[in-house]
Amino acid sequence: MVSAEQKIVLDARGSFCPGPLMELIRGIKQAKVGEVLEVWSSDQGSRKDIPFWIQKAGHELVGVFEEPSYARFVVKKLR
Amino acid sequence: MAVKKVVVLGGGVGGTIVANLLAKRFRPEEAEVTLVDKTGKHVYQPGFVYVAFGRTKPKSLVRDERKLLRKRVRLVIGEAVRIDPAGRKVHLADGTALAYDRLVIALGARLVPDELPGYAEAAHHFYSLEGALKLKEALRAFRGGRIVVTVASVPYKCPPAPSEAACQLDYYFTKKKLRDKVAIHFLSPLSRVFPLEPVNPVVEQIFAKHDIQSTIFFNVESIDTNAKTVTSIEGETVPYDLLLMIPPHRGAKVVEDSGLGDRGGWLPTDKHTLRTKAHPEIFGLGDCTDVPVSKSGAAAHFQAKVIAESIAADLTGQPATARYDGHVMCYCDAGYHKGISMSFDYEHPPVPPPLGLKDWLGKMVLNKVYWYLVPSGRV
Repeated sequence: MVSAEQKIVLDARGSFCPGPLMELIRGIKQAKVGEVLEVWSSDQGSRKDIPFWIQKAGHELVGVFEEPSYARFVVKKLR
Repeated sequence: MAVKKVVVLGGGVGGTIVANLLAKRFRPEEAEVTLVDKTGKHVYQPGFVYVAFGRTKPKSLVRDERKLLRKRVRLVIGEAVRIDPAGRKVHLADGTALAYDRLVIALGARLVPDELPGYAEAAHHFYSLEGALKLKEALRAFRGGRIVVTVASVPYKCPPAPSEAACQLDYYFTKKKLRDKVAIHFLSPLSRVFPLEPVNPVVEQIFAKHDIQSTIFFNVESIDTNAKTVTSIEGETVPYDLLLMIPPHRGAKVVEDSGLGDRGGWLPTDKHTLRTKAHPEIFGLGDCTDVPVSKSGAAAHFQAKVIAESIAADLTGQPATARYDGHVMCYCDAGYHKGISMSFDYEHPPVPPPLGLKDWLGKMVLNKVYWYLVPSGRV
Protein backbone atom coordinates (compact mmCIF):
# COMPACT_ATOMS: atom_id res chain seq x y z
CA MET A 1 0.00 0.00 0.00
CA VAL A 2 1.31 3.39 -0.95
CA SER A 3 0.48 6.33 1.25
CA ALA A 4 -0.71 9.61 -0.23
CA GLU A 5 2.54 11.29 0.83
CA GLN A 6 4.65 9.00 -1.33
CA LYS A 7 2.52 9.37 -4.43
CA ILE A 8 3.21 12.02 -7.05
CA VAL A 9 -0.13 13.44 -8.22
CA LEU A 10 -0.33 15.03 -11.67
CA ASP A 11 -3.61 16.89 -12.08
CA ALA A 12 -4.23 17.18 -15.83
CA ARG A 13 -8.00 17.59 -15.58
CA GLY A 14 -9.30 20.05 -18.16
CA SER A 15 -6.33 19.35 -20.40
CA PHE A 16 -7.22 17.69 -23.67
CA CYS A 17 -5.53 14.59 -24.88
CA PRO A 18 -2.53 14.26 -25.13
CA GLY A 19 -2.05 16.72 -22.26
CA PRO A 20 -2.59 14.07 -19.56
CA LEU A 21 -0.26 11.60 -21.31
CA MET A 22 2.39 14.31 -21.69
CA GLU A 23 2.07 15.05 -17.99
CA LEU A 24 2.54 11.35 -17.23
CA ILE A 25 5.59 10.99 -19.51
CA ARG A 26 7.10 14.10 -17.93
CA GLY A 27 6.32 12.75 -14.46
CA ILE A 28 7.78 9.31 -15.23
CA LYS A 29 10.99 10.82 -16.59
CA GLN A 30 11.43 12.90 -13.45
CA ALA A 31 10.50 10.06 -11.06
CA LYS A 32 12.77 7.41 -9.62
CA VAL A 33 12.35 3.70 -10.31
CA GLY A 34 9.78 2.28 -7.92
CA GLU A 35 7.95 5.57 -7.36
CA VAL A 36 4.19 5.68 -7.85
CA LEU A 37 2.53 8.41 -9.87
CA GLU A 38 -1.10 9.25 -10.23
CA VAL A 39 -2.38 11.22 -13.20
CA TRP A 40 -5.89 12.68 -13.19
CA SER A 41 -7.58 13.10 -16.53
CA SER A 42 -11.05 14.22 -17.57
CA ASP A 43 -10.31 13.41 -21.22
CA GLN A 44 -11.86 10.26 -22.67
CA GLY A 45 -8.88 9.69 -24.98
CA SER A 46 -6.66 9.08 -21.95
CA ARG A 47 -8.46 5.79 -21.20
CA LYS A 48 -6.92 4.32 -24.33
CA ASP A 49 -3.69 6.35 -24.64
CA ILE A 50 -2.38 6.09 -21.09
CA PRO A 51 -2.65 2.28 -20.58
CA PHE A 52 -1.29 1.75 -24.12
CA TRP A 53 1.76 3.90 -23.42
CA ILE A 54 2.37 2.38 -19.97
CA GLN A 55 2.44 -1.08 -21.54
CA LYS A 56 4.71 0.02 -24.39
CA ALA A 57 7.11 1.82 -22.05
CA GLY A 58 7.26 -1.14 -19.63
CA HIS A 59 5.77 0.36 -16.48
CA GLU A 60 3.00 -0.98 -14.26
CA LEU A 61 -0.59 0.24 -14.38
CA VAL A 62 -1.53 -0.23 -10.75
CA GLY A 63 -5.12 0.75 -11.41
CA VAL A 64 -7.64 3.05 -13.05
CA PHE A 65 -10.11 4.61 -10.64
CA GLU A 66 -13.24 6.31 -11.93
CA GLU A 67 -14.30 9.46 -10.10
CA PRO A 68 -17.50 11.39 -10.91
CA SER A 69 -15.93 13.63 -13.57
CA TYR A 70 -12.47 12.21 -14.17
CA ALA A 71 -10.31 9.11 -13.95
CA ARG A 72 -7.23 8.51 -11.80
CA PHE A 73 -4.49 6.42 -13.40
CA VAL A 74 -2.05 5.03 -10.87
CA VAL A 75 1.29 4.04 -12.37
CA LYS A 76 4.45 2.55 -10.93
CA LYS A 77 7.77 3.35 -12.63
CA LEU A 78 9.56 0.05 -13.23
CA ARG A 79 12.61 0.91 -15.34
CA MET B 1 -2.12 55.66 -0.71
CA ALA B 2 1.45 54.42 -0.96
CA VAL B 3 2.72 53.70 -4.45
CA LYS B 4 2.17 50.00 -5.16
CA LYS B 5 5.00 48.10 -6.75
CA VAL B 6 4.53 45.57 -9.51
CA VAL B 7 7.59 43.68 -10.74
CA VAL B 8 7.47 41.62 -13.93
CA LEU B 9 10.30 39.17 -14.63
CA GLY B 10 10.79 38.53 -18.34
CA GLY B 11 10.36 40.68 -21.44
CA GLY B 12 8.71 38.13 -23.66
CA VAL B 13 5.21 38.44 -25.03
CA GLY B 14 3.42 37.78 -21.72
CA GLY B 15 5.54 39.98 -19.48
CA THR B 16 5.50 42.85 -21.95
CA ILE B 17 1.69 42.81 -22.26
CA VAL B 18 1.14 42.72 -18.48
CA ALA B 19 3.56 45.59 -17.92
CA ASN B 20 1.99 47.70 -20.67
CA LEU B 21 -1.59 47.07 -19.57
CA LEU B 22 -0.81 47.96 -15.94
CA ALA B 23 1.16 51.06 -16.94
CA LYS B 24 -1.84 52.16 -18.97
CA ARG B 25 -4.31 51.40 -16.16
CA PHE B 26 -2.51 53.16 -13.28
CA ARG B 27 -1.07 56.61 -12.79
CA PRO B 28 2.57 56.74 -11.56
CA GLU B 29 1.48 57.86 -8.09
CA GLU B 30 -0.75 54.78 -7.86
CA ALA B 31 1.55 52.02 -9.09
CA GLU B 32 5.11 51.63 -10.29
CA VAL B 33 5.60 48.93 -12.90
CA THR B 34 9.11 47.50 -13.34
CA LEU B 35 10.04 44.92 -15.95
CA VAL B 36 13.30 43.01 -15.56
CA ASP B 37 14.82 41.40 -18.63
CA LYS B 38 18.22 39.79 -19.03
CA THR B 39 18.99 41.11 -22.51
CA GLY B 40 16.63 44.03 -23.09
CA LYS B 41 15.79 42.45 -26.45
CA HIS B 42 12.36 41.13 -27.40
CA VAL B 43 12.52 38.12 -29.67
CA TYR B 44 9.72 36.75 -31.88
CA GLN B 45 10.39 33.04 -31.50
CA PRO B 46 7.83 31.70 -34.05
CA GLY B 47 10.11 33.13 -36.74
CA PHE B 48 13.09 30.92 -35.85
CA VAL B 49 11.91 28.07 -38.09
CA TYR B 50 11.92 30.43 -41.06
CA VAL B 51 15.50 31.47 -40.27
CA ALA B 52 16.50 27.79 -40.47
CA PHE B 53 14.84 27.42 -43.87
CA GLY B 54 16.41 30.62 -45.20
CA ARG B 55 13.18 32.59 -45.45
CA THR B 56 13.63 35.16 -42.68
CA LYS B 57 16.56 37.28 -41.55
CA PRO B 58 17.38 37.10 -37.83
CA LYS B 59 17.29 40.86 -37.38
CA SER B 60 13.61 40.96 -38.35
CA LEU B 61 12.81 38.87 -35.27
CA VAL B 62 14.48 41.06 -32.65
CA ARG B 63 13.49 44.50 -31.30
CA ASP B 64 14.57 46.57 -28.33
CA GLU B 65 12.23 45.82 -25.44
CA ARG B 66 12.34 49.49 -24.46
CA LYS B 67 10.64 50.45 -27.71
CA LEU B 68 7.79 48.01 -27.08
CA LEU B 69 7.11 49.22 -23.54
CA ARG B 70 5.03 52.20 -22.54
CA LYS B 71 7.19 55.05 -21.19
CA ARG B 72 5.81 54.55 -17.70
CA VAL B 73 7.24 51.03 -17.42
CA ARG B 74 10.68 51.04 -15.82
CA LEU B 75 12.92 48.60 -17.69
CA VAL B 76 15.75 47.04 -15.74
CA ILE B 77 18.24 45.10 -17.82
CA GLY B 78 19.49 42.48 -15.44
CA GLU B 79 19.03 38.96 -14.23
CA ALA B 80 16.89 37.89 -11.29
CA VAL B 81 18.89 35.39 -9.25
CA ARG B 82 16.67 34.86 -6.21
CA ILE B 83 13.04 35.39 -5.35
CA ASP B 84 12.23 35.90 -1.67
CA PRO B 85 8.46 35.47 -1.23
CA ALA B 86 8.63 36.03 2.55
CA GLY B 87 10.39 39.39 2.15
CA ARG B 88 8.55 40.15 -1.13
CA LYS B 89 11.80 40.94 -2.88
CA VAL B 90 13.58 39.92 -6.06
CA HIS B 91 17.37 39.90 -5.90
CA LEU B 92 19.29 40.68 -9.09
CA ALA B 93 22.71 39.48 -10.21
CA ASP B 94 24.20 42.96 -9.70
CA GLY B 95 23.39 42.81 -5.97
CA THR B 96 20.38 45.12 -6.04
CA ALA B 97 16.93 44.07 -4.88
CA LEU B 98 13.46 45.05 -6.02
CA ALA B 99 10.56 45.07 -3.57
CA TYR B 100 7.12 44.13 -4.85
CA ASP B 101 3.48 44.05 -3.85
CA ARG B 102 2.69 41.83 -6.83
CA LEU B 103 5.22 39.80 -8.81
CA VAL B 104 4.74 38.28 -12.26
CA ILE B 105 7.12 35.50 -13.28
CA ALA B 106 7.12 35.34 -17.07
CA LEU B 107 10.58 33.98 -17.74
CA GLY B 108 9.76 31.37 -20.34
CA ALA B 109 11.18 27.88 -20.67
CA ARG B 110 14.92 27.22 -20.54
CA LEU B 111 16.70 25.10 -23.12
CA VAL B 112 18.96 22.59 -21.37
CA PRO B 113 20.74 20.61 -24.12
CA ASP B 114 23.25 19.22 -21.61
CA GLU B 115 20.52 17.12 -19.99
CA LEU B 116 20.74 14.65 -22.88
CA PRO B 117 24.28 13.31 -23.41
CA GLY B 118 25.38 13.67 -27.03
CA TYR B 119 22.73 16.26 -27.82
CA ALA B 120 25.05 19.24 -28.23
CA GLU B 121 27.37 17.26 -30.49
CA ALA B 122 24.77 15.51 -32.63
CA ALA B 123 21.52 17.41 -32.77
CA HIS B 124 20.23 20.43 -34.61
CA HIS B 125 17.25 22.59 -33.62
CA PHE B 126 15.56 25.89 -34.33
CA TYR B 127 14.64 26.89 -30.77
CA SER B 128 17.18 29.71 -30.61
CA LEU B 129 18.54 32.09 -33.24
CA GLU B 130 21.97 30.44 -32.99
CA GLY B 131 20.43 26.99 -33.37
CA ALA B 132 18.37 28.07 -36.36
CA LEU B 133 21.41 29.56 -38.11
CA LYS B 134 23.44 26.39 -37.50
CA LEU B 135 20.59 24.26 -38.85
CA LYS B 136 20.36 26.52 -41.90
CA GLU B 137 23.98 25.76 -42.76
CA ALA B 138 23.50 22.01 -42.15
CA LEU B 139 20.47 21.94 -44.46
CA ARG B 140 22.30 23.91 -47.11
CA ALA B 141 25.14 21.36 -47.08
CA PHE B 142 22.87 18.29 -46.94
CA ARG B 143 22.92 16.34 -50.18
CA GLY B 144 20.91 13.27 -49.20
CA GLY B 145 20.20 10.71 -46.49
CA ARG B 146 17.85 10.26 -43.58
CA ILE B 147 16.66 13.21 -41.51
CA VAL B 148 15.09 12.29 -38.18
CA VAL B 149 12.75 14.87 -36.62
CA THR B 150 11.83 14.47 -32.97
CA VAL B 151 11.79 16.00 -29.48
CA ALA B 152 14.26 15.28 -26.69
CA SER B 153 11.56 15.33 -24.02
CA VAL B 154 8.16 16.64 -23.04
CA PRO B 155 7.04 19.26 -22.28
CA TYR B 156 8.46 21.52 -24.97
CA LYS B 157 7.45 24.85 -26.44
CA CYS B 158 5.02 25.02 -29.36
CA PRO B 159 3.78 21.41 -29.62
CA PRO B 160 3.08 21.58 -33.38
CA ALA B 161 6.61 22.82 -34.21
CA PRO B 162 8.22 19.40 -34.88
CA SER B 163 5.53 18.30 -37.34
CA GLU B 164 5.61 21.73 -38.93
CA ALA B 165 9.39 21.33 -39.30
CA ALA B 166 8.93 17.93 -40.99
CA CYS B 167 6.58 19.56 -43.51
CA GLN B 168 9.05 22.40 -44.06
CA LEU B 169 11.87 19.90 -44.68
CA ASP B 170 9.77 18.21 -47.37
CA TYR B 171 8.95 21.56 -48.98
CA TYR B 172 12.58 22.78 -48.77
CA PHE B 173 14.13 19.70 -50.38
CA THR B 174 11.36 19.51 -53.01
CA LYS B 175 12.22 23.08 -54.05
CA LYS B 176 15.92 22.16 -54.10
CA LYS B 177 15.06 19.15 -56.31
CA LEU B 178 16.69 16.83 -53.79
CA ARG B 179 13.55 15.34 -52.25
CA ASP B 180 14.08 11.90 -53.84
CA LYS B 181 17.46 11.69 -52.05
CA VAL B 182 16.11 12.68 -48.63
CA ALA B 183 14.13 10.40 -46.30
CA ILE B 184 12.22 12.21 -43.53
CA HIS B 185 11.40 10.16 -40.42
CA PHE B 186 9.22 11.75 -37.75
CA LEU B 187 9.34 10.28 -34.24
CA SER B 188 6.41 11.30 -32.02
CA PRO B 189 6.54 10.90 -28.23
CA LEU B 190 2.76 10.50 -28.19
CA SER B 191 0.13 8.11 -29.54
CA ARG B 192 -0.18 9.98 -32.83
CA VAL B 193 1.92 12.29 -34.98
CA PHE B 194 0.11 15.50 -34.02
CA PRO B 195 -0.52 16.34 -30.36
CA LEU B 196 -4.16 17.42 -30.80
CA GLU B 197 -6.40 14.53 -31.77
CA PRO B 198 -8.95 16.44 -33.92
CA VAL B 199 -6.11 17.89 -36.02
CA ASN B 200 -4.16 14.65 -36.28
CA PRO B 201 -5.95 13.23 -39.38
CA VAL B 202 -5.10 16.37 -41.36
CA VAL B 203 -1.41 16.07 -40.44
CA GLU B 204 -1.38 12.31 -41.14
CA GLN B 205 -2.76 13.02 -44.62
CA ILE B 206 -0.05 15.60 -45.24
CA PHE B 207 2.63 13.16 -44.05
CA ALA B 208 1.24 10.38 -46.30
CA LYS B 209 0.97 12.67 -49.32
CA HIS B 210 4.52 13.94 -48.92
CA ASP B 211 6.15 10.65 -47.96
CA ILE B 212 7.06 11.58 -44.38
CA GLN B 213 7.54 8.36 -42.41
CA SER B 214 6.38 8.35 -38.79
CA THR B 215 6.81 6.31 -35.60
CA ILE B 216 4.63 6.92 -32.52
CA PHE B 217 5.40 6.47 -28.81
CA PHE B 218 9.06 7.30 -29.30
CA ASN B 219 10.34 9.10 -26.20
CA VAL B 220 14.06 9.68 -26.56
CA GLU B 221 16.29 8.02 -24.00
CA SER B 222 19.74 8.32 -25.60
CA ILE B 223 21.73 9.35 -28.65
CA ASP B 224 24.65 7.26 -29.91
CA THR B 225 26.77 9.83 -31.72
CA ASN B 226 29.19 7.25 -33.15
CA ALA B 227 26.55 4.90 -34.55
CA LYS B 228 24.32 7.91 -35.39
CA THR B 229 21.24 6.41 -33.80
CA VAL B 230 18.54 7.50 -31.37
CA THR B 231 17.00 5.06 -28.86
CA SER B 232 13.66 5.49 -27.08
CA ILE B 233 12.59 4.66 -23.53
CA GLU B 234 10.11 2.32 -25.22
CA GLY B 235 13.07 0.36 -26.62
CA GLU B 236 13.32 1.24 -30.33
CA THR B 237 16.46 2.44 -32.16
CA VAL B 238 16.38 4.61 -35.28
CA PRO B 239 19.34 5.71 -37.47
CA TYR B 240 19.89 9.27 -38.71
CA ASP B 241 22.20 11.22 -41.01
CA LEU B 242 20.89 14.55 -39.80
CA LEU B 243 19.16 14.80 -36.43
CA LEU B 244 16.64 17.60 -35.92
CA MET B 245 15.66 17.32 -32.27
CA ILE B 246 13.83 19.86 -30.11
CA PRO B 247 16.15 20.31 -27.09
CA PRO B 248 15.20 19.36 -23.51
CA HIS B 249 13.42 22.13 -21.61
CA ARG B 250 13.24 23.10 -17.95
CA GLY B 251 11.58 25.93 -16.07
CA ALA B 252 13.36 29.18 -15.23
CA LYS B 253 16.63 28.95 -13.31
CA VAL B 254 15.71 31.58 -10.70
CA VAL B 255 12.50 29.67 -9.99
CA GLU B 256 14.50 26.52 -9.36
CA ASP B 257 17.23 28.31 -7.40
CA SER B 258 14.60 29.92 -5.17
CA GLY B 259 12.98 26.55 -4.45
CA LEU B 260 9.74 27.57 -6.14
CA GLY B 261 9.68 25.03 -8.98
CA ASP B 262 8.55 21.43 -9.29
CA ARG B 263 10.97 18.68 -10.31
CA GLY B 264 11.21 20.05 -13.84
CA GLY B 265 11.63 23.59 -12.58
CA TRP B 266 8.10 24.54 -13.67
CA LEU B 267 6.26 26.99 -11.45
CA PRO B 268 3.17 25.42 -9.83
CA THR B 269 0.39 27.80 -10.88
CA ASP B 270 -3.41 27.71 -10.62
CA LYS B 271 -4.64 27.13 -14.16
CA HIS B 272 -7.59 29.56 -13.80
CA THR B 273 -6.39 32.38 -11.52
CA LEU B 274 -2.74 32.10 -12.65
CA ARG B 275 -1.62 32.77 -9.08
CA THR B 276 1.19 30.53 -7.94
CA LYS B 277 -0.09 27.81 -5.63
CA ALA B 278 2.25 28.67 -2.78
CA HIS B 279 2.11 32.48 -2.98
CA PRO B 280 -1.06 34.17 -4.26
CA GLU B 281 0.72 37.51 -4.63
CA ILE B 282 3.03 35.94 -7.22
CA PHE B 283 1.60 35.18 -10.66
CA GLY B 284 2.91 32.56 -13.08
CA LEU B 285 2.68 33.46 -16.75
CA GLY B 286 3.33 31.47 -19.91
CA ASP B 287 5.94 28.82 -20.63
CA CYS B 288 7.63 28.84 -17.21
CA THR B 289 4.55 27.49 -15.39
CA ASP B 290 2.99 24.04 -15.03
CA VAL B 291 -0.38 25.21 -16.41
CA PRO B 292 -1.62 22.30 -18.57
CA VAL B 293 -1.83 24.12 -21.90
CA SER B 294 0.53 24.40 -24.88
CA LYS B 295 3.66 26.33 -24.10
CA SER B 296 3.10 29.05 -26.66
CA GLY B 297 3.10 32.79 -27.17
CA ALA B 298 -0.65 32.70 -27.75
CA ALA B 299 -1.29 31.15 -24.33
CA ALA B 300 0.99 33.75 -22.70
CA HIS B 301 -0.82 36.51 -24.62
CA PHE B 302 -4.25 35.47 -23.30
CA GLN B 303 -2.95 34.76 -19.79
CA ALA B 304 -1.32 38.21 -19.61
CA LYS B 305 -4.70 39.94 -19.82
CA VAL B 306 -6.11 37.86 -16.95
CA ILE B 307 -3.08 38.64 -14.80
CA ALA B 308 -3.20 42.38 -15.56
CA GLU B 309 -6.89 42.44 -14.57
CA SER B 310 -6.24 40.45 -11.40
CA ILE B 311 -3.38 42.70 -10.31
CA ALA B 312 -5.48 45.80 -11.03
CA ALA B 313 -8.22 44.34 -8.82
CA ASP B 314 -5.76 43.48 -6.04
CA LEU B 315 -4.20 46.94 -6.05
CA THR B 316 -7.56 48.69 -5.88
CA GLY B 317 -8.99 46.41 -3.20
CA GLN B 318 -11.55 44.82 -5.52
CA PRO B 319 -12.25 41.07 -5.75
CA ALA B 320 -10.21 39.57 -8.57
CA THR B 321 -12.65 37.72 -10.80
CA ALA B 322 -10.71 37.32 -14.06
CA ARG B 323 -10.07 33.69 -14.98
CA TYR B 324 -7.96 32.09 -17.70
CA ASP B 325 -10.09 29.68 -19.73
CA GLY B 326 -7.18 27.77 -21.29
CA HIS B 327 -7.48 29.56 -24.63
CA VAL B 328 -4.68 28.85 -27.10
CA MET B 329 -4.65 29.46 -30.82
CA CYS B 330 -2.02 28.89 -33.44
CA TYR B 331 -1.20 28.73 -37.11
CA CYS B 332 0.90 26.00 -38.72
CA ASP B 333 2.66 26.25 -42.06
CA ALA B 334 2.41 22.95 -43.96
CA GLY B 335 4.52 24.16 -46.89
CA TYR B 336 3.32 24.75 -50.47
CA HIS B 337 1.52 27.94 -49.28
CA LYS B 338 -0.90 25.93 -47.21
CA GLY B 339 -1.62 26.25 -43.52
CA ILE B 340 -3.95 25.21 -40.73
CA SER B 341 -5.13 27.13 -37.71
CA MET B 342 -6.57 25.87 -34.48
CA SER B 343 -8.17 27.44 -31.45
CA PHE B 344 -9.16 25.68 -28.24
CA ASP B 345 -9.56 26.08 -24.48
CA TYR B 346 -10.12 23.94 -21.37
CA GLU B 347 -13.73 23.26 -22.35
CA HIS B 348 -13.58 23.22 -26.15
CA PRO B 349 -11.28 20.99 -28.18
CA PRO B 350 -10.10 22.30 -31.55
CA VAL B 351 -12.39 21.83 -34.53
CA PRO B 352 -10.62 19.94 -37.35
CA PRO B 353 -9.46 22.73 -39.63
CA PRO B 354 -9.31 22.70 -43.41
CA LEU B 355 -5.83 22.90 -44.92
CA GLY B 356 -5.52 25.90 -47.19
CA LEU B 357 -4.11 29.19 -48.35
CA LYS B 358 -6.18 31.27 -45.90
CA ASP B 359 -4.47 30.01 -42.76
CA TRP B 360 -1.05 30.14 -44.39
CA LEU B 361 -1.68 33.81 -45.16
CA GLY B 362 -2.94 34.25 -41.59
CA LYS B 363 0.40 33.04 -40.29
CA MET B 364 2.36 35.29 -42.65
CA VAL B 365 0.28 38.33 -41.65
CA LEU B 366 0.62 37.58 -37.92
CA ASN B 367 4.40 37.37 -38.31
CA LYS B 368 4.38 40.95 -39.66
CA VAL B 369 1.71 42.63 -37.53
CA TYR B 370 2.81 41.02 -34.25
CA TRP B 371 5.09 43.94 -33.41
CA TYR B 372 2.33 46.53 -33.81
CA LEU B 373 -0.56 44.77 -32.13
CA VAL B 374 0.51 42.18 -29.59
CA PRO B 375 3.16 43.51 -27.13
CA SER B 376 1.14 46.70 -26.55
CA GLY B 377 -1.81 44.63 -25.34
CA ARG B 378 -3.97 46.23 -28.03
CA VAL B 379 -5.37 42.88 -29.18
